[in-house]
Amino acid sequence: MIRSDVLKALIPMISEELVVSNIGLPSQELHLIDDQPTNFYMLGTMGLASSIGLGLALAQKKKVIAIDGDGSVLTNLGTLPTIANNPANNFILLIIDNGSYGSTGDQPTYAGMKTSLARVAEACGCEKVVECAAENTAAAVQAALDGDDMTIIVSKCESGNIKVPVIDMDAPVIRHRFMTEVSRRNA
Amino acid sequence: MSINRKIVSDFIKNRIEFVTTVPCKQLAGVIDEIEASTNIYHIPSNKEDEGMGLCAGAYMGGKRAAIIMQNTAIGVTINTLVTLIQYYNIPLPMLISYRGEIGEPVACQVEMAVHTKAMLEQLKIPTYHFHQPSDAEELNPILNHSFMAKKPVAILTDASFWQGA
Repeated sequence: MIRSDVLKALIPMISEELVVSNIGLPSQELHLIDDQPTNFYMLGTMGLASSIGLGLALAQKKKVIAIDGDGSVLTNLGTLPTIANNPANNFILLIIDNGSYGSTGDQPTYAGMKTSLARVAEACGCEKVVECAAENTAAAVQAALDGDDMTIIVSKCESGNIKVPVIDMDAPVIRHRFMTEVSRRNA
Repeated sequence: MSINRKIVSDFIKNRIEFVTTVPCKQLAGVIDEIEASTNIYHIPSNKEDEGMGLCAGAYMGGKRAAIIMQNTAIGVTINTLVTLIQYYNIPLPMLISYRGEIGEPVACQVEMAVHTKAMLEQLKIPTYHFHQPSDAEELNPILNHSFMAKKPVAILTDASFWQGA
């Protein structure tokens, strides 16, 4: 399974949830497969999906799923100690780990070599870290949604991309639509 | 009221409930006040761009957020300021220690100080320079301005400001 297959399998459980989606192809694929006002698409700023997701989870009550990539987590590795030391039990960080920088031409990342992001997360102090095969990602996300613990999921999948259009929506429109939905759900 | 307490009191007056910090010697007192405040969730970040991501998320979750950092961070965060904070119209007060100004003991700090205002000007970020303690009287309206305009604002606080305070 490649990332877009993982995303497709996740739609039934994340469609109604607050989702912060990583820059580039992950956001474009999610937008193509299942555009929702509950999705916050990052159009730039590599590495910050997990930080935005944590800030959002700490500021309000609803569950938040940040869909990140191995390359982006490596870019912002300082995020894992911050997450570990500021636990939000409504936060799920899903790292889709295909061992490559997918949006830029599938150059290999260190996560596909010697570095285990699951073990890095554990060493940073994250208490619930689940590493799973791509096929088991939907079940892992469902279990995290059903539970009450902050969960880091590292989904090991194959690298590869589908053809997707860029997101045409303006950034303030994405933000405003998302905030309106966040506010409505917390009312 | 101490200057540190006044700053935090103005944050609270502007309903800021979420503050991220990256430390600087000059900011130690205000960071202690933030940590002690029961009205504010204090979340130290490891790098300032990470902190801006946290602030953007908190803002979208309904909590006004601010960042406290050193001016060297402007160099670190240009991409985040432009492609996240400005692109999505997110308000972000930045209380900045303006190292490298008169009274600075560390020569290397001057190297970033000479670029700080030029970078902020290039980014079209409204910038306010606090040089003496009475300048802090403007903090309250500056914070209000950031949230009204949904823009980042930079408050540069130099050594003279902190020494006089």
